[in-house]
Amino acid sequence: MSPGRLLALAVLVALAAAPFVPMGGMRQYVLHVVIQIFIWSFIGQAWSLMGRFGLVSLGHGAFLGVGAYTTTLLWNFYGLTPWLGVVAAVLLAMLLAFVVAYPCSRFGITGHYFALVTLAVGEVIRLLLIAERDWTGGSLGVTLRAPGSDASLLAIQYADKRVFYYGGLALWLAGLWVWARVDRSMARSAMEAIGEDETAAASVGIHVTRFKLGITMLSAGLTAIGGVAYAQYIAYVNPETLAGIGVSLRIVFAVVLGGMYVLLGPTVGTALTIALSEYLRVVFGVKFIGMAETIYGLLLVIFIIFLPAGIYGSVAALLRRRRVPAAAPA
Amino acid sequence: MLALHEVTAGYGHFTALWAVSLRVERGEAVAVVGPNGAGKTTLLRVISGVIAPRTGTLAFESTPLTGRPPHEVVARGIAHVPEGRRLFPALTVAENLRMGAFLPAARRTFAETLERVHALFPVLAERRQQRAGSLSGGEQQMLAIGRALMSRPKLILFDEPSMGLAPVMVLRLFDLIRKIREEGYTILIVEQNVRQVLKLVDRAYLLEVGRIRMEGRADELSEQDFVRKAYVGL
Repeated sequence: MSPGRLLALAVLVALAAAPFVPMGGMRQYVLHVVIQIFIWSFIGQAWSLMGRFGLVSLGHGAFLGVGAYTTTLLWNFYGLTPWLGVVAAVLLAMLLAFVVAYPCSRFGITGHYFALVTLAVGEVIRLLLIAERDWTGGSLGVTLRAPGSDASLLAIQYADKRVFYYGGLALWLAGLWVWARVDRSMARSAMEAIGEDETAAASVGIHVTRFKLGITMLSAGLTAIGGVAYAQYIAYVNPETLAGIGVSLRIVFAVVLGGMYVLLGPTVGTALTIALSEYLRVVFGVKFIGMAETIYGLLLVIFIIFLPAGIYGSVAALLRRRRVPAAAPA
Repeated sequence: MLALHEVTAGYGHFTALWAVSLRVERGEAVAVVGPNGAGKTTLLRVISGVIAPRTGTLAFESTPLTGRPPHEVVARGIAHVPEGRRLFPALTVAENLRMGAFLPAARRTFAETLERVHALFPVLAERRQQRAGSLSGGEQQMLAIGRALMSRPKLILFDEPSMGLAPVMVLRLFDLIRKIREEGYTILIVEQNVRQVLKLVDRAYLLEVGRIRMEGRADELSEQDFVRKAYVGL
């Protein structure tokens, strides 16, 4: 077994065993932070499927919100289990992605203009969620209806965080798998060609619209699953945390920070941003209101300027450069 | 092999081609010459499916081609060497060639086609790992042609291949296109360099403000006729 695989296996074993390691009274808190990292890394991976090919979306909150609210409302009003609700959520998010991306692709709305369109879509969904308050609870959000005595599995609601820990771990691994599959597919070379020059890509026979739509809908569908996972875990949905500019930009920052062209980039970025905001929150607490956010923002700006390939992306490139001369015969 | 019948096309309210009819037979090399703004590039865009004709029809190998999208046109066997080459500058030479064989049919014969392209353009084999953007103008043009050949086309469209090349490179380029002809490819070439292109092709059309003004065998049409018509308007 190669050292890389061995390391990956060791990390997996450690992650699988982690919830049973004695941590004193910290267990619940640590689990909570790690579950969040799993779910948001998954969402970051979904975002980077588009972002790495130049399809920068500043409105992924729209897909998160559609996903989370679809399962929540179906459960609360019709008692439909989220296991089925998630299918509806994914289909709805993909439909929304299609409705947004198809005209953009047809009329050549790319680059910054595409980013602005997605930004608007994210806001539209947030405003819709607030406006439809009879259903959605408006800006106060909705709590997931508690299940009957032994219907936890049906409702995907558990008091024990370890269930969500393993669920999140599985989700994160599935996201890595999808990312790696796309990375090795023809879609990757097609999307890279499209990212460089759409006209040239069309001239070699690449169906530009189909590939762009495909990758956008894949990204949207996965993001919706992430939204569902988060909603099930927190058992409460709210337009501010699951739609709109704030959450959309947090996804983008995390991925850009970690590096969107490498497999583990979104994970590293998400882990760092969540750890950082937790740390700043603990340190500053209720003193200096807004200080944590300010430092957070400043650090992001610094990282984006000086490490454009992301932290993990830059480190990985550095390691590769070191390894190559070492491997060559002297 | 390729037949356009009374094709009218344009952009928005602007009409760039007026009832253009044109034929290319199998194994032929045909040129369309004309001044800037005559509609030459629009003509190629219509053939390669980037824009659909407003009226008129296109057929390739006796089956309709009117309004088919670009990826389908490539799949049918028409490759396009676009104006300004349109390489993928950040990708390597090898990756650019691989993109040329993107469609499944071309992918199956990739290794064999690559060998032929390398035999034709040895410099592309030497510079395999170099980024396309770092090649010289002449090498980029070779790569653009090589990429088009990778799709195993039956007909190759050249859009102003000599544009932006030094005069000595232009001569070499036309030698290369002649070589490709001898390999049995059918060629439709759009050019402003009337003198050189007439030595290369069997037949030529003169396109002027969107209309075909003259057509005929290249050896019968004197260069003077074309040049006078095309640039002086007499």
